[in-house]
Amino acid sequence: MSLTDAATEAEHVPEQVAVVQGKGPWQLAWERLTRDRAAMVSLGVIAVIVLLAVLAPVFAAVTGHDPQEQFPSIGLSPQGLPIGPGSGFWLGADSLGRDLFVRLLYGARISLLVGLLSTLLATVFGVVVGMFAGFYGGWVDGVLARVLDVVLSFPYLLVAIVLVAALGAGVPLMIFVIAFFSFAAMARVVRGQTIAYREREFIEAARSLGAGKVRTMFVDVLPNLIAPVTVLATLLIPTSIVFEATLSFLGLGVDPRTPSWGAILADSIDFFRVSPGLLIFPAAMLLLTTLAFNLLGDGIRDALDPRSDRLHTRK
Amino acid sequence: MTRFLLRRILFGVLVLWLVATTVFLLFFAGPADSVARRLAGPRAPIEVINQIKDTLGLNRPLWEQYVSFLGNLLHGDLGISFISQTPVTTLIVQSLPGTLWLVAGSAVLWMTAGITGGVISATRPRGLRDRVTTVLVLAGISVPTFILGMLMIYLALSVFPWFGLGPGPYISPLVDFRGFLQVMIMPWVCLAVVQAAVYVRLTRGSMLDTLGEDYIRTARAKGAPEHRIIYRHGLRAALTPVITQFGVDIGTLLGGVVVTESVFGLQGLGQLMIRSVRDGDLPVIIGAAILAAAFIVIANILVDVAYSFLDPRVRLA
Repeated sequence: MSLTDAATEAEHVPEQVAVVQGKGPWQLAWERLTRDRAAMVSLGVIAVIVLLAVLAPVFAAVTGHDPQEQFPSIGLSPQGLPIGPGSGFWLGADSLGRDLFVRLLYGARISLLVGLLSTLLATVFGVVVGMFAGFYGGWVDGVLARVLDVVLSFPYLLVAIVLVAALGAGVPLMIFVIAFFSFAAMARVVRGQTIAYREREFIEAARSLGAGKVRTMFVDVLPNLIAPVTVLATLLIPTSIVFEATLSFLGLGVDPRTPSWGAILADSIDFFRVSPGLLIFPAAMLLLTTLAFNLLGDGIRDALDPRSDRLHTRK
Repeated sequence: MTRFLLRRILFGVLVLWLVATTVFLLFFAGPADSVARRLAGPRAPIEVINQIKDTLGLNRPLWEQYVSFLGNLLHGDLGISFISQTPVTTLIVQSLPGTLWLVAGSAVLWMTAGITGGVISATRPRGLRDRVTTVLVLAGISVPTFILGMLMIYLALSVFPWFGLGPGPYISPLVDFRGFLQVMIMPWVCLAVVQAAVYVRLTRGSMLDTLGEDYIRTARAKGAPEHRIIYRHGLRAALTPVITQFGVDIGTLLGGVVVTESVFGLQGLGQLMIRSVRDGDLPVIIGAAILAAAFIVIANILVDVAYSFLDPRVRLA
């Protein structure tokens, strides 16, 4: 090969680069996600639910039905039973003559608030604790791993019952209890991943360049954890939402007057025979929301790890 | 073996002591007045509060209360319910059969369904039956228990009323066997559906691991028939983690199947706890919670012991 040939080839290189565009791993993952129809539909469903939750006061104004207001004269039949879906009450009224539709929208606010906030808390603490346990090893890991085992072996409802009995029910306590259990699941996953990365060459390189342990953890290990943490966090949201609904259903969650999906379902228990919508609509909302988050989580997992196979790698 | 057992029991006692201490501190640490107020509920008149302070000795120093709390616990004295004025032990004994029957009946269903489903999907992974099972498992895991229960009640009352099934308090099979079945069948199925989903997954995973072992290949090479390979060689070894999970689950559920019992109004231990939380009946909550913890600890010890019998590779030391 002559010098001139090499020169012409060098001149051609920029042109080729312009044609074949480099794509970062995140861009590739996003493209894979947008091709996943189930994940996209789920994303749309979640967007609609978020929108409805945000616009709950607007709907309350449009229908003229405050979520707490009782309309015994128009919401209940002459026999005192809740009316079904109709023009005034889009999804019917509950046993006290309150608007089910408006209450479901306000319930979405509680569900999303508890689901997102407890997952956020659990993720932050889970990542930090998991990284410390995995990276430091030795007695730090011994103690932390043991604590995580103990937390995960607690029956969560029993703990919730005792705490509610001792401290009184409320949204903050509920978020704390849910985050406490999700945190252990997150920390365990992060710990495992960190242990796997700890012995890799780039960590050794960071160490030999003189980086401290904490710096190595947050600068070198943490970026590699984003994928598994994102997936698990997306999957923890529906779990938290169901947990909230269960606690509220049992009367251990939000104040019973507050419209939460679980509490609405608990209220319906004596009336869903006369008005099945009281059972079907809140149940459908809850199932739809959790299903959407679960499918989205699966989609993100597939997008971030193209080797995974949806049906067969679920743990 | 004896040393292992002794250590395990000591550890169990330690855990129970920690649970009891935590519960004690949660409920009794703080000024006597506010503790009495919490125990009596927000609407109780001042006489009731003073009476509670006297009967429980809330004016004594905390450590003295702690010692008598532990002493009573060791004597099996869990105090007296504020609401019904009956001893907590009586309430617990009354609620125990409902929970016991629910767990026992449901366990038969979920173990049968779970292991069968797991073996079916593990023997032909990615086949049609495996995919159908996987979808069913996902459904079983994602539907919240209380919604499943409510849908079952709706179907039983409105769509299939001639079955005569319905929610209701536990009826002893010795008193009215028909009534017992009518009340128990739905809770059995409801709990079993949720549990079976977990067991299918567990059995499938464990079976797949086992069927990949060298000795399975050896058995195949010897020309052993397929059903013998799957059941005698495969399933037997694959069941160890399933049995472990089973023991832990039974221990947890015996302390109260909170959601299922509440949905169907079964009045077992779980519903007793929920009712007590609503009524602010703290002695009952404390008693039931410590009992539930005891069930879990005992079940875990039994599982560890059973493990060594099931899996000869496990040595206890």
